[in-house]
Amino acid sequence: MRAPAPARIDVRKTYKLFIGGAFPRSESGRTYEVTSAKGAFLANAAQGSRKDARDAVRAARSAQPGWAGATAYNRGQVLYRVAELLEGRRAQFVADVAAGEGLTERRAQDAVAAAIDRWVWYAGWSDKVAQVAGNANPVAGPYFNLSAPEPTGVVAVIAPQASSLLGLVSVLAPAIVTGNTVVVVASEDRPLPAISLAEVLATSDVPAGVVNILTGRTAEIAPHLAKHMDVNALDVAGALGADGITWGALEADAADTVKRVLRPAGDDEASWADAQSLNAILAYTETKTVWHPKGM
Amino acid sequence: MLPRARPTRVVRMPDTSRLDGMTSTVTTPSSESVPRSHPADRTGAQVAADAAAVIGSADLSEAGLRRFLHGLPGVDRVGADGRAAHLGTRSIKTTAKAWALDLTISMVDLTTLEGADTPGKVRSLVAKARTPEPGDPTCPRPAAVCVYGDMVAEARDAVGNSGIRVAAVATAFPSGRAGRQVRLADTRDAVAAGADEIDMVIDRGAFLSGGFRKVYDDIVAVREVCHDAEHPAHLKVILETGELATYDNVRRASWLAMLAGADFIKTSTGKVSPAATLPVTVIMLEAVRDFLATTGVQVGVKPAGGIRTAKDAIKYLVSVNEVAGEPWLDPDYFRFGASSLLNDVLLQRQKLATGAYSGPDYVTID
Repeated sequence: MRAPAPARIDVRKTYKLFIGGAFPRSESGRTYEVTSAKGAFLANAAQGSRKDARDAVRAARSAQPGWAGATAYNRGQVLYRVAELLEGRRAQFVADVAAGEGLTERRAQDAVAAAIDRWVWYAGWSDKVAQVAGNANPVAGPYFNLSAPEPTGVVAVIAPQASSLLGLVSVLAPAIVTGNTVVVVASEDRPLPAISLAEVLATSDVPAGVVNILTGRTAEIAPHLAKHMDVNALDVAGALGADGITWGALEADAADTVKRVLRPAGDDEASWADAQSLNAILAYTETKTVWHPKGM
Repeated sequence: MLPRARPTRVVRMPDTSRLDGMTSTVTTPSSESVPRSHPADRTGAQVAADAAAVIGSADLSEAGLRRFLHGLPGVDRVGADGRAAHLGTRSIKTTAKAWALDLTISMVDLTTLEGADTPGKVRSLVAKARTPEPGDPTCPRPAAVCVYGDMVAEARDAVGNSGIRVAAVATAFPSGRAGRQVRLADTRDAVAAGADEIDMVIDRGAFLSGGFRKVYDDIVAVREVCHDAEHPAHLKVILETGELATYDNVRRASWLAMLAGADFIKTSTGKVSPAATLPVTVIMLEAVRDFLATTGVQVGVKPAGGIRTAKDAIKYLVSVNEVAGEPWLDPDYFRFGASSLLNDVLLQRQKLATGAYSGPDYVTID
């Protein structure tokens, strides 16, 4: 008689932060428990601190010129490749989303499919934004007068709390497509899809530091990003439904440094089902206008 | 026993038990117990007499210097690295951090040593030193600006009466590969142009091939040029520790420079990698501490090159306090040779003042 095989020991995953293309633990050494929608233990996630936010902003700032300097065509290709890899990891995202958001398998499938499609949609905008939002302006003189949208710089994104993947993609993709770099504070109670997305980004061709993802208490990290003098714009979507913070307070914090702030559409978190628009891209651009003398 | 010249002052032999690189528990000499004098106050004859007394050889022969320097206890490399790493773990926060940041600024030798230096660049450097933080008049000024010899006049004119000193690198910086007359002429020019401090390089080739007397004589000659001028200059001696190969050599070079009358010993030119490191600085701090205990002369230390962040600077300050002692927490006895450090310290200062993280848009990039 053969002895019964011993039960296999679980190989559990350590969820960490994503800063500058690496996966460090929180500088503070803290973690917190992430549970499913039904309250079952899922994983321990890193509980980021303000110093992690500072490091993430530094990484985003140093990555920004290179990412903005890449050709629009190249950025589009790189982002499309992310969508390809998301597709390959579909099953994992479906499981993450279903557990975290308490969705049925079928609805989780739909949410992940919508997120991937949205990523592709925004990737496609990369080399079209300037054509649609730019302009040759009529001027009374012998000049070409051209306006074109340019990235604003480093964008801090407080990711939506309820929609952990589709919502995240809906705020993340429009920010990076024009050449901004971002620091994302992932959904506080549902951070796992964000870290899985980070693994996809790390193994695609997105340069290190273009996307940085922090997990932890939104109310602890977000104000430091809002006040950070080296952050150029702020998306406060995730302040809706986060404990201990309001988007109004964040907007007030951001006012000292005159940041662009993208306000949420309503008082409650949107469904994100059809939240894709060119305006989401243009929210993080600055218009550059060039005068150029016409030749005789 | 040979008769030997009687030293003019009481000179104690080095307490070698302190020199093992792991001397964290040694109490540093307190300011009451030791008569201390500034090295620049000594005449050339006193320097020679002190040196002779320390090495126990009246004529300061090559053999005598070698016997003394090779008789210095070896440095335990692992121990020294470990001690430096341990000193770097200290957590300095809030008011202590604010104090450390201001002290750091006041210890900076704001440096530009590029072949592409222009008078305009030197003037903008001085402008930055005069007003490091335009929005905050309480911000201290750096101790000095450090430039090439031919830029001294420009820098001297720009600093005016602000109290900022002008330091010049000389003696065929950074390699030092020139004849003594050339090196002395280089020094003489800088001093005549109004330099307050001269940063000389030692002849590393001579040092490494055992020519200690040559290195000693070089330093003495440059010191003479600096101190006998109409407007005397302090002398910093650059050991270029990145080229000295071993920690033992760093200790020997430190002692040799101090015996020859250095006012400051400086780690590096900044042109060689590795430049300043914490373990090397700790070894040099031990050397100046022991030199004070031996001769009553307090020599300064200047790490230079590679110190770019406020965090690094604070690690050095912790080491200064723990190894050499509080008397060295003074711009007259400890300096940072740096160019980008000042910006990072200013950012940290802004963070402490406003509570918000600052960014490179809020300091001048130079």
